[in-house]
Amino acid sequence: MRKGPSAFNIASVVVGLAFLYAPIVILVVYSFNASRLVTVWGGFSTRWYVALFQDAQMLDAIWVTLRVGALSATLATVVAAFAAVALVRAGRFRGRTVLAGGIYATLVMPEVILGLSLLLLFVSVGLPRGFWTVTLSHATLTLAYATVVIQARLASFDRSLEEAAQDLGCPPWKAFALVTLPGIAPAVAAAWMLAFTLSLDDLVIASFASGPGATTLPMRLYSQVRLGVDPKINAVSTLLIGLVATGVIAAYLAQQHQRRRGAR
Amino acid sequence: MSGRPQSPRPQIGGIRETFAPWADPQARPLVRFDGVSKTFGDTTAVDDVSVSIYEREFFALLGPSGCGKTTLMRMLAGFEQPDAGRILLADRDIQADPPHRRPVHMMFQAYALFPHLSVAQNIAFGLKQQKMARDEIAPRVEEMLSLVRLDGMGKRRIDQLSGGQRQRVALARALAPRPRILLLDEPMAALDKKLREETQFELMALQQTLGMTFMIVTHDQDEAMVVADRIAVMREGRIVQVGRPAEVYEAPADRYVAGFIGDINLFEGRVAASENGVVRLVSGDGTFEAEGTGPVGETAWVAVRPEKIAVHAEPPQQGVNTLAGRILDYGYLGDWTTYLVEIAPGRTLRAARANATRATDRPLGCDDPVWLTFATSSAVVLTR
Repeated sequence: MRKGPSAFNIASVVVGLAFLYAPIVILVVYSFNASRLVTVWGGFSTRWYVALFQDAQMLDAIWVTLRVGALSATLATVVAAFAAVALVRAGRFRGRTVLAGGIYATLVMPEVILGLSLLLLFVSVGLPRGFWTVTLSHATLTLAYATVVIQARLASFDRSLEEAAQDLGCPPWKAFALVTLPGIAPAVAAAWMLAFTLSLDDLVIASFASGPGATTLPMRLYSQVRLGVDPKINAVSTLLIGLVATGVIAAYLAQQHQRRRGAR
Repeated sequence: MSGRPQSPRPQIGGIRETFAPWADPQARPLVRFDGVSKTFGDTTAVDDVSVSIYEREFFALLGPSGCGKTTLMRMLAGFEQPDAGRILLADRDIQADPPHRRPVHMMFQAYALFPHLSVAQNIAFGLKQQKMARDEIAPRVEEMLSLVRLDGMGKRRIDQLSGGQRQRVALARALAPRPRILLLDEPMAALDKKLREETQFELMALQQTLGMTFMIVTHDQDEAMVVADRIAVMREGRIVQVGRPAEVYEAPADRYVAGFIGDINLFEGRVAASENGVVRLVSGDGTFEAEGTGPVGETAWVAVRPEKIAVHAEPPQQGVNTLAGRILDYGYLGDWTTYLVEIAPGRTLRAARANATRATDRPLGCDDPVWLTFATSSAVVLTR
């Protein structure tokens, strides 16, 4: 028998990858297009990147997006860490199933509904929509993902390490800070990066929760495309892809690193 | 202290012969379990346990898994709360103290070393929590490292250590803050046989040198016999017997203890006479005499250890406690040979013989007729 993949296997992998990544490759390639026409190749150029960094509106959107992402990811990660501890450590308490279900429900909740309900909430409590409402909404969106990541690590974390720390004189909170937190740090970092990436990506919820002066990059791109495709959009999209890919790869490496240490 | 190698090794056996604070009514126990019970859901893990542990004692809790020995230890460390009863440490009820306020340290079964800290940082962990001055911590860590023979290994990471080295780091970490009592939860379960035996003697020497109180939890009867001053045998949450290893072995409280610690041959019968400290028991296998007392007319058991049964190839002169049989099988263990002797269809006894000489030609083999004898003083009467 011949070893290795057959011609059929190779073909299906190539077709599958092409299907997934051809649009992205085209977008990246055309971001370096010298021509103003998006569909005509006019030679290599970085002029659209230069133009991008002269576009105050676009830069403002990028800055808003990064701030919303960082803040909402931090908020979601902190809350997720507490939720994960409650779910993993508190054993069986009244309402555990409700808490777990409540957290994970947002994973499958349609974003439109989540966005709409957040909008209704903000309107009914009279919160002016803007930077903070988007940030809060993104924390809501990403909380479930962050909790899953942290909870998985915490569940496999050796409880006796925390007991050993307590045995040697640490009150429970200090044992958590000195022993458990360093142990689950890669998972916490991964959760943060996942939340940041999700926030960076989001258009639907931002459209509902945002207000004047807090236009995120996906919102800006979407509204620009309706007015016609400017090659600057290719450039900013390429940057966005690079950022997201970096975040995803970093999260993956952090978890791999931890898994390798755990296996030893 | 300047390293152990210079100090003469304590003769533990000799010290132990005279060490018996439990026999002294004036002695105050260091730890006293007083009617302690604990249930988890429907199962009773610990059932009305009362036992005292004395200063400088090496105390073993011995029993099969699930007998409650670990729960009892965890209650002393503070990780479980008793449902009933009190635990006293130096005459003070420690019920309300959380684990981090108890001067009791534990060596965990899987060691629970902190993987993100170095060997020295692991050992210093408890000292830092005690707010020991920085310039005192370093010499103490060095002292502990040399005590467990890990000199110069302080900077190593935990994942660079072998199993035996990890075990010693765990020991040093728990000993460094000088606890009133050190708890050892199956400390040698992860070591191979040779290393385990070495470690047992090291542990005993360490306990004597430091003059500390140790409490070990184990399911390994040999380990408990070697290391402990006293053994508490546990069964289904209760302590069945507490005593020196020799007492527990030679004078077991009941059939359970007799069978759990070592091998035993039992003859069930009716007590025909009990006088002058000797019981005569009439059983289906014959009439036997053993030391002890028993209620005349009631059911009792004569118990005799395999190594106390002599195996003869020729019929002995008529005497008490003699049985005839045939060798069903035997096992050669190097130092011992264990014979499985059939004395009646379907009824076998175990007899062990020390291989005192390098006899390569075996005088006894399968299906050989043999005679078994044991002395009245070598057998005990059990009424439970």
